[in-house]
Amino acid sequence: MSTTSVLGGIVRRREDPALVRGKGRYVDDVKFPGELAVAFVRSPFAHARITSIDTSAAAAMDGVHAVYTIDDVRHLGPVPAQVPIGTLRPLLADGTVHHVGEAVAMVVADDRYVAQDAAELVVVDYDPLPAVVDLEEALRDEVQAHEGKSNVLLTWHGQDWWPGVTDELVDPKPQIEEAKAREDTVVVSLRMTNQRLLPTMIEPRVTVANWNGGYGAFEIWSATQIPHALAGAIGKIFGLPSNKVRVVAPEVGGGFGAKLNIYPEDILCAFASQQLERPVRFVETRREAAVATIQGRGWVGTATLVGTRDGKILGYELEAICDMGAYSHNFTVAIPALGLFVAPGQYDIPTHYELHCVVTNLPTTDAYRGAGRPEAAYYLERIIDHYARTIGMDPAEVRKRNFWPPDAFPVTTSVGLTMDSGDYARNLDALLEWADYEGMKRRRDEARAEGRLVGVGLGTYVEVCGFGPSALAGLGFSWSEYGMPSAFNGSGVVRVNPDGTCTVIIGTGPSGQGHETTWSQIVAEELGIELDAIEVLHGDTAESPFGVGTFGSRSLAVDGTAAFEAASRVRAKAAKIAAHLLEAAPEDIRFADGGAHVAGSPDKAVTWGEIATSAYQPHTLPEGMEGGLEATAVFSPPNATWPFGAHLAMVEVDPDTGNVEILEYWAMDDCGNVVNPMIVAGQIHGGIAQGIGQAMFEHAVYDEDGNLLSAALMDYPMPTAGDLPSFKLNRTTTPTDVNPLGVKGIGEAGTIGSAQTIVNAVVDALAPLGIEHVDMPLRPRAVWEAIQKARG
Amino acid sequence: MTMYPRKFDYVAVGSVAEAVEALRATEGAKVMAGGMSLLPLMKMRLLSPTTVVDIGRVPGLDSIEDRGDHLAIGALVRHADTAANELVRTHAPALATAASLTGDVQVRNRGTTCGSLAHADLAADQTAAVLALGATLVAQGPSGTREIPADEFFVDTLTSALEPDEVLVEVRIPKGGTGSAYDKLGRRGGRSDYAVAGAAAWVERSNGTVTAARVALTGVGTKPTRARGVEEAIVGTDGSASAIEAAARRAVEGVTVLEDLYGSEEYKAHLAEVYVARALAAALG
Amino acid sequence: MKISVTVNGTRYERDVEPRTLLVHFLREDLGLTGTHVGCDTSYCGACTVLVDGRSVKSCTFLAVAADGAEITTVEGLAADGELHPVQEGFWERHGLQCGFCTPGMIMSSVALLEENPSPSEAEIRHALEGNLCRCTGYHNIVLAVQYAAAKLRGEQPPPADWEEVGA
Repeated sequence: MSTTSVLGGIVRRREDPALVRGKGRYVDDVKFPGELAVAFVRSPFAHARITSIDTSAAAAMDGVHAVYTIDDVRHLGPVPAQVPIGTLRPLLADGTVHHVGEAVAMVVADDRYVAQDAAELVVVDYDPLPAVVDLEEALRDEVQAHEGKSNVLLTWHGQDWWPGVTDELVDPKPQIEEAKAREDTVVVSLRMTNQRLLPTMIEPRVTVANWNGGYGAFEIWSATQIPHALAGAIGKIFGLPSNKVRVVAPEVGGGFGAKLNIYPEDILCAFASQQLERPVRFVETRREAAVATIQGRGWVGTATLVGTRDGKILGYELEAICDMGAYSHNFTVAIPALGLFVAPGQYDIPTHYELHCVVTNLPTTDAYRGAGRPEAAYYLERIIDHYARTIGMDPAEVRKRNFWPPDAFPVTTSVGLTMDSGDYARNLDALLEWADYEGMKRRRDEARAEGRLVGVGLGTYVEVCGFGPSALAGLGFSWSEYGMPSAFNGSGVVRVNPDGTCTVIIGTGPSGQGHETTWSQIVAEELGIELDAIEVLHGDTAESPFGVGTFGSRSLAVDGTAAFEAASRVRAKAAKIAAHLLEAAPEDIRFADGGAHVAGSPDKAVTWGEIATSAYQPHTLPEGMEGGLEATAVFSPPNATWPFGAHLAMVEVDPDTGNVEILEYWAMDDCGNVVNPMIVAGQIHGGIAQGIGQAMFEHAVYDEDGNLLSAALMDYPMPTAGDLPSFKLNRTTTPTDVNPLGVKGIGEAGTIGSAQTIVNAVVDALAPLGIEHVDMPLRPRAVWEAIQKARG
Repeated sequence: MTMYPRKFDYVAVGSVAEAVEALRATEGAKVMAGGMSLLPLMKMRLLSPTTVVDIGRVPGLDSIEDRGDHLAIGALVRHADTAANELVRTHAPALATAASLTGDVQVRNRGTTCGSLAHADLAADQTAAVLALGATLVAQGPSGTREIPADEFFVDTLTSALEPDEVLVEVRIPKGGTGSAYDKLGRRGGRSDYAVAGAAAWVERSNGTVTAARVALTGVGTKPTRARGVEEAIVGTDGSASAIEAAARRAVEGVTVLEDLYGSEEYKAHLAEVYVARALAAALG
Repeated sequence: MKISVTVNGTRYERDVEPRTLLVHFLREDLGLTGTHVGCDTSYCGACTVLVDGRSVKSCTFLAVAADGAEITTVEGLAADGELHPVQEGFWERHGLQCGFCTPGMIMSSVALLEENPSPSEAEIRHALEGNLCRCTGYHNIVLAVQYAAAKLRGEQPPPADWEEVGA
C-alpha cells in the first residue's frame, strides 16, 4: 500500500507492540535510586476543625524520614487553578478539613508499607462541624461548607455568561414565558439528577519528584494530561525558572479529565524531595482515588420545555444546582459553563439556562469525560423525549422538526457561540435507516403485546470541543496560575533526520488516544515518508514544544493541525532541496514512496535520506539556504469544533427485578474528517461504555455526613465486559473549516451521546406503566421501585 | 485507604494438625487457604492477624470425593473446581451454580469453597447452596474433628461456628433429592458480582408431589438463612407454578432483611420471593 | 522469608517480608513491571498473572504463598520475540488504548483460550468480568480474543466490524 494514502486509513497502532508485551513505561515502572515513598493521613470528617496533630510517634518510627503538616508547606500557597473562583485547596488541611479524605499530614518513609504504618501513628483530633452535602441545602446557604463564606460561587446565566461575548444577546426568557402562557402550547417539566461519578481511570494517580540540588532542577515523572502546566506550576511555586523543571508523562494509564489537574500530592512530593534530597514517590490507591482525585457530574435540576402540539419547540429552560465540592481545582466552576455552551443542542430553540455553582463538603468536581456537555445533552434530550411522548409524536420526528438546517451554518446559537458545521437531519436519517428504526419499533410493539417491557430510545448531541480559540482561553482562564500564557494553542515539531527518518514532537499529553499513530499518519501523508520511519515523541517538557495538553477532545484538531502545518513547511523546504539535487523546479517535485521525484519522470528521484543528508551539509544546499530540515508550528484555531451525532438503543426491563438489559446499541457519529477509523471507533466504544456506566451502574454515593459509601470498586460498579453489548457504529462526515484537516474531535462524543439514549430507552420500556422518568443510575432497584410506584 | 497489610508472621503448615497447633498457640492467628476473603481485609487493615497460618500446601485437601451417600469437598478445593466438577454438577447442581457465580474467574481460581463458607459473608453464594443441600461442615480442632450441620454453621455476619483454633477441613454434601438450583441478582444486574439477593433450593419429589424441600437465602438478611416458611408451603404440593408462587411469598418469614446500597428492605424482600421462586422452579424443572 | 519461584521460566530466590504482595514482589523485586496495580480490593484484574497455569489476581496473593510456584506474567508470553496470538489479537483489533489494563486482560484471555478454544461472545465477556477496562468499552477486546482464538485454531480471523465502517 502506498505510504501516501494513510490519511483516513486503518493503521495498527504504533503504541501497541510495547504495551501488549508489558514493556510500556508508566510512571510507577520507572524507578530512581534512593527513592522514598509517601502516605497520607486523611480526614475521616467532611467538615471539622483540627484541634491538634501529633506526628511525634510517626516521626520516631524506623524508616520514616519526615512527617509534614500545613505548617511546613503553608508558604508554598494553595494548589493553583486555571479558573481560580472559589476556595483553592491548601496543600494540606489548614486548621479545618472540608471533605472526607482531605490530606492532613504526609509521611515520607523508606517504602509504601512503612509509610502506611507510620501514617497510622499520626494522631489528629477533630472538632466536627455541620457538613453541607445536599445540593438544595447548599443553595439555601444556611449552613456553610466553608465557615464565613457563601456556598454559592456563581450562577451561570444563559445569555449573560461573559462580557464581550454575550453583550448583544437577548435573553429569551420573556419569549419563553409568553409561549408558556399561550393556550395552544404544551409545557413539560422534569426534575432530574445527573449523579456524581468517579472517573476511575485504571491507573490511579502517580508522581515521583526528583530534586537535584547540584543542578538546581526538578525532574518530575507524573501520570498527567498536562505536563507543561505541571512544569509551570512547580516552577512558579518553588520560584524556579520554567526551564529548571522537567516533567515527563510517559505512558499514562487513562485520564478522562481526572489527570487534568495539578494535585497537592504532586507539589508535596516536590517539596519533600527538595527537603530530603531524595526522589519521592506518591502512588495513589484506588480508595484514595475515590476521595482525593476529582470527581465528575453532580447536578440536580429541572428542565422545562414549551412547544406546540405539532412538535415545534418554542423554548427550553434548565435551572440546575451544580456541585463543585469543597475546593476549586483546575476548571471546577467552568465545567457547568461547558454545558451552557451546548445548551440548545442541535436545535434552533430559545434557551435559558441558570446553573448555580455551589460548594459542598465533598471532594472537588472537575472535568470528567464530556465535562458539562453530557449533563447538558442529558437534560435536553430527556425533556425532548418527554415532550414527544406528551404530544404523541415520534421522538425522531420531534427532533427533526427543530434541527438547525444544514444551510444555516455557521450558526450562532441563543447562548452566543457559533457552531462551525452540521447536518443533523442527514445524520439522524442515516442512523434511523441503517438501524431500521421502524422495524425496531415494530419489534418493540410486538414484545409489548406479549407483556414484555421493551423500549427504544433515541438521543442526539452536539459537542463543543477542539479548544480552541485562544480568545476563549483569555476570557476566564488564568493560566498564569500555572506560570503559563493563557492560550489553547497546538504545537508540533517535525524534523527529518539525516538518515531520512522523521521525528515528530508534540505538545499533547495523551493517555491512550493513539497520538503516536494518528500523528504519524498525518506526517506520513504530507511528506510521503513511510509510517515506520516516523517516531512521535510527547509528554516530556524538556524536549517537546510548549503544549496545553490533552483534554476537551482538542488534540487532533489543534495540535494535529500544528504538526500538519510543520510537516507542510518541511515539505516546502525539502521540495527546494530535491529540486536542487534533481535540477528541476520546486513546483515540479512530488513526494511519494519514501522520497521525491520530478513530476512525470519517476526515475528522476531522490530518497528522503538523500534530501535530509543534503539538508545537513550546507555545501549541498541551494545557495543561501539555511541548513537543517525541521519546522515548528503553532496553531490557534479561529473557533472550537462542534461534532455531533445520534444514538439509538433497544432495552428490555425484567419487571420482576427491575434488571435492565441492553439488547442493541447503534451510534451514528460525525466528527468531521477521520484520520484513523479504527482509533475513532475505539474512542466511541469507550465513550459509549462510560455513558452507559453512568446511565446504569455508577454512582458516588454519600451519606448525610459526607462519607463516600462507594469508595471501593466493589461498591462502585463500573461496567464489565459482561454488562455491555457489542456496539454498532457508523458515521456521517461533515468537515469543519476551522482547521485545514477538517477534523473535529471524538474523545468525548460517545459519552455525551449515550446516557440519555439509555434512559430514554428504559423510560420508553416503562412508559406503558405511566412512568415518565427514572433517575440514573438505572440499577435494578431504582427501576423496580419506579415500577412499584407506578403500579401503586 | 491502604492496600498494604500490617506486619504479621507467616507459617506454611504441612498438615491440618500443625495448623491447629499454630492457631492454638498463637493469639490472633488466622488460617488462610486461598486468601480471597482474608487478604482484602488485611490490605484494608480492617483485620490484622498476628500470624497467617497458610494451609495452602497441606496435602490431601484439594479433592472432591464420592463417599457413597455424600460428596466431600476438601478445604483446598477452589470455586472453579467445585463449579466444574461432574460429581457436584450431578448431585449438587445448586452448589455448582453458586460456585460458578462466585466472584470472577481469577477469584474462582484461587478462592476455596470452604474458605468462602468459613468467611460467612452475608452475601456469599455458596452459603445458601450448602444450607439448601443440608450439608455438614467438618471442623478440626485441638480435640479432634467435629461435624457441624450447615444450619448451625452460619452464626452471624462474618461469624461462623468455627472456634478460633479450628480449621474447616471439608464440607459434606448429602446425595439425594430430585433436584437443586441456585439463582441470584448481582450488583450490576445480571448474575455476576456480589449477590443483592440469591436463593438456593433443594427438593425431593415423588409421584408428582413435593415430599421434601430446603430453601435458603443469601444477601437478604444478616446471614445466610433457611426460608422455612417456603419449605413448609411447598412440601405436599404438586410443585406447580402456582404452588411455587404461593410458597415464595413466605420467603422472608422470620428473616431480618437488611438494607444496603443495592436494595431497600422492601426490594430485598421482594427479590427474595423472586429468586426463591426461580430457584424452586429450576430445582423442580 | 526465603522463597523460590519460577517466573517466565527463570528461577528466582529472594528474601521477602511475609506481607509483601505477589504483585509488588514481581514489580519491585524482580523488575517485571508489566503486571499493574489498578485497585486495592481484588477487583480490577490489572494484576492478573498465571500461577501454576491458572489466572489469579497477584494483588491478593502473598509472595510467600507463591513459594515453589511457576508464574507467567505478560512478559513471558512472547516466545523468541514473536507475539503470542492473544497479544497479536489485541494489537490487530485495537483491543487497548491506554494499555494499563492490557497485561491483565491478555493474561485472562490466554487462560480462557487454553480452557475453551472456541468461546462464544457471551463466554468471552463472562470470562473477562474480572478485568476492568475504562477505555475500550470491551468491544474491541472481544474482537481481539476472537482473533486470537481463530489464530490458535489455525483459522483465518474474522474481520473487525469497523473495517467496513466509514462514510
